[in-house]
Amino acid sequence: MSNTRKWVRLTPAERLGRFAFYLIAVAAFMMSVRTVEVIPEFLYDAPLQVQDLFSRMWPLDFAYYPEGLHGPLLETLHIASLGTLLAIVMALPVGLMAAENITRVPVLNWFAKLILVSSRTVNSLVWALLFVAVFGPGALAGTVAIGFRSIGFCGKMFAEALEEASEGPVEALKAAGAPWLTVFLKGYWPQVAPAFWGILLFRWDINVRESSVIGLVGAGGIGMALDTALNLFEWDRVGVVLVCIFSIVILAEILVTNIRKRII
Amino acid sequence: MSAQAMRRESPFKPNWWARLGYLLAFAYALYAMSFLDISWSRFISGLGNGADFLSEMVPPNFERWKLLVGNLLETIQIAVIASAFGVLFSLPIGLCSARNLMPDWLTWPARTVICICRSFHPVIFAILFVKAVGFGPLAGILTLVFASIGFIGKLFAEAIEEISLKPVEALRAAGAPFMSVLVFGVLPQVFNRFVGFASYQFDANLRNSTMVGIVGAGGIGGTLFAAFQRFDYDFLCAILISIIALIMVSEFLSVKVKALFR
Repeated sequence: MSNTRKWVRLTPAERLGRFAFYLIAVAAFMMSVRTVEVIPEFLYDAPLQVQDLFSRMWPLDFAYYPEGLHGPLLETLHIASLGTLLAIVMALPVGLMAAENITRVPVLNWFAKLILVSSRTVNSLVWALLFVAVFGPGALAGTVAIGFRSIGFCGKMFAEALEEASEGPVEALKAAGAPWLTVFLKGYWPQVAPAFWGILLFRWDINVRESSVIGLVGAGGIGMALDTALNLFEWDRVGVVLVCIFSIVILAEILVTNIRKRII
Repeated sequence: MSAQAMRRESPFKPNWWARLGYLLAFAYALYAMSFLDISWSRFISGLGNGADFLSEMVPPNFERWKLLVGNLLETIQIAVIASAFGVLFSLPIGLCSARNLMPDWLTWPARTVICICRSFHPVIFAILFVKAVGFGPLAGILTLVFASIGFIGKLFAEAIEEISLKPVEALRAAGAPFMSVLVFGVLPQVFNRFVGFASYQFDANLRNSTMVGIVGAGGIGGTLFAAFQRFDYDFLCAILISIIALIMVSEFLSVKVKALFR
């Protein structure tokens, strides 16, 4: 029993690093709580206010749906789908450029990654604002905004799938003297196609959510109906819009889950 | 011999179903474009506007950098507080919705809470909270707390459901109380993944806290929206650049943190 070995899971440096992380996290939290300008009285009566909000929404004005919401709801779905299609078209070249095993020029890799990060960083609402300034209010601005917002996500995932692709078939094709496009279409594409369709479906699901709100800044879809109802304080209509968005988001999720089960 | 070789199936035969799919997608795109009233002429005239817009954006105007820094700080504060409370609340909720540890009567309500938090886009929560608690960062914090519960709660519950139950059984057999089972049997198995989720969510909260201001819930979004409405496009460009820089710094830091806990 004299041989008492001591097991240490972490090196001192690792332990110090973790400790520093905890310290910084707590310090950041304390500083934020102290300096952020929150009026606590507003928090106390929040439950009352929310109750009031819901009491004004009830009963829901379902008569509004056929005249004012059916069209915008369809528009939202079309914006989401067309935006996703646009995103694939734009994300394919960027993803190819970002994958380090395909594009062997570091400058191009970095450039593609900058595009991907910028696309993901700028929120869909901000993209929508920018494109409303360019194309004017309406579905065109919304579609392009959704497309640009999705490049980052689709491109990043696509590049990762490409980087994981096995080199065997590619080398075989290259050895047989296939041109570049054939190498891509017959060597890489069959390997990454399932991942690609999965990414696409997943993004469509996200885009249904996103396209339901971009109308708040004038980019088309059901968000515009929501904005109007909010500005006019028609809470019973706001309630119906929320129910519509909720149902369409849930339906999209169920649909995507079922398709994913079939193809993967 | 050669005849036999001829009969061999082509390795690269055309996939007609895929081609049909592409054709359908193309047809759908045309249909949707006509439905949404998107036309080539509108696109082209938009490009002209876009060129004007871009020329007004460059060079970015950093003159009001004090306002910019103050707003960025508020954005970070919103993200930090919301992540802290979001993580704090999503721990018990995620635990309650893990089907392998908890009884059905507890998992169902917990799962409903998570589902409600996930169902709406954060902007919609932000609008509702602005109406409930007024303009300002409080509404943004509440919004992102809800968003965090929806995301981390779900992933955390899934992580717990995937653990090995052997240590848990061992602890139970040794007569450990419930809290000890959690701390020594469950937590060590999920802690690393949990740190990963939390850092991802902080990242997401930071991104979203730049947006909630558009509907009046504090942070840099409000300034961005104001700059947009006053046609201060050079200031808008400065704001966008600083948001992207902020997120890139935070992505770099989150990679470091993840490496620390691997």
